[in-house]
Amino acid sequence: MCGTCGCDSATVITLLPDEQVPAWLSEHKRSAANGHHHVPLGAVSLHEQAHSDEGHHHAHDDEVHALASAESGRTVEIQQKVLAKNDDLAEQNRGWLRERGILAVNLMSSPGSGKTTLLERTTKELAHRMTISVIEGDQETALDARRIKAAGSKVVQINTGVGCHLDAAMVAQGLRGLDPPSGSVVVIENVGNLVCPALFDLGEGARVVLASVTEGADKPLKYPHMFRQADLVLLNKTDLLPYVDFDMKQYMTDLRRAAPNALLLQISATNGDGIQAWYDWVQRRVPPPHD
Amino acid sequence: MHELAITEGVVDAVASRLPDAKVTCVRLEIGALSGVVADSVRFCFDLVTEGTNLEGATLEITQPPARCHCRVCGKDFEPDGPIALCPCGSAEVTVLVGQDLKITSVQVA
Repeated sequence: MCGTCGCDSATVITLLPDEQVPAWLSEHKRSAANGHHHVPLGAVSLHEQAHSDEGHHHAHDDEVHALASAESGRTVEIQQKVLAKNDDLAEQNRGWLRERGILAVNLMSSPGSGKTTLLERTTKELAHRMTISVIEGDQETALDARRIKAAGSKVVQINTGVGCHLDAAMVAQGLRGLDPPSGSVVVIENVGNLVCPALFDLGEGARVVLASVTEGADKPLKYPHMFRQADLVLLNKTDLLPYVDFDMKQYMTDLRRAAPNALLLQISATNGDGIQAWYDWVQRRVPPPHD
Repeated sequence: MHELAITEGVVDAVASRLPDAKVTCVRLEIGALSGVVADSVRFCFDLVTEGTNLEGATLEITQPPARCHCRVCGKDFEPDGPIALCPCGSAEVTVLVGQDLKITSVQVA
């Protein structure tokens, strides 16, 4: 674990360079000698940079009270949220984004729901209307980042190693690496997982859960923590509805129960059905650029 | 398996607060709607504390029930399971308590 911020030292953050993506990105290079893997060959290490930034400080709640300090076997009352450090960093990210007038969207789904396909299409089709950059979270490889890069967006790949989710510290580094312009959108493609990412605030302005009809209609009830905090649920692969056993009525009923505040949009990232409503949703939320 | 990261967070927080103390017990509160599995935290705890000043400490977890407020019928209720649904049938609810995940206190030698 990193001694400075406690982040998982197995995390590798790579800013894809503007030129052709080099072959080494397809491998996962790690400098195992010091056990700290932030600087693979040729990659831009954003970690130290993030630590040196003014906005980056560590959460230390000062409410520690020693109840009976003179005695041995004393109880020390702490009353601290376990995720306080992450939540504090997330608030810093939120402030950083607000100051610059940037919309950050935390995009979460199971593996294979179509997050990267959706982003490829979105970045291509919205390129003339807004700047979209992407933070890609995966356990391993830069495969998704290469797809997004090829579609025309600036992208940072975060490989979490054994980690099952992105956290606010990783996103802080990603944001500084991307340096997105004012009035733009940053989509954070979280690690494909309907469980763990639900707990970690990244400082995003909106939470979007992408589901697909091929996963079955039971996901909102099976993964209520993920759906409960969604602002928007995108139901993807609707072009496959004729071929799969998916009870739309049941899905909508269950989604209302699990995510009463979420808007549902049905889309096909492959053929573009319903995709305009998603674009409109994004565009309505992008802040005006600062001068 | 976010419980590993959660448990690391617990150990980090305690170790940084009390770097010189021999911690013998850590008390956690894991709310019923927190999305964290207490047994998984217990499983991770011994692994994560190894080599720290929390090594060998016991872990006491309390799991207070959730409490929600229904915005339709106006009543407070305890949800039955992870989906907060009012007995009146409404899903328009506000979670009052039960999402917390916190370190309440520790025992030091």
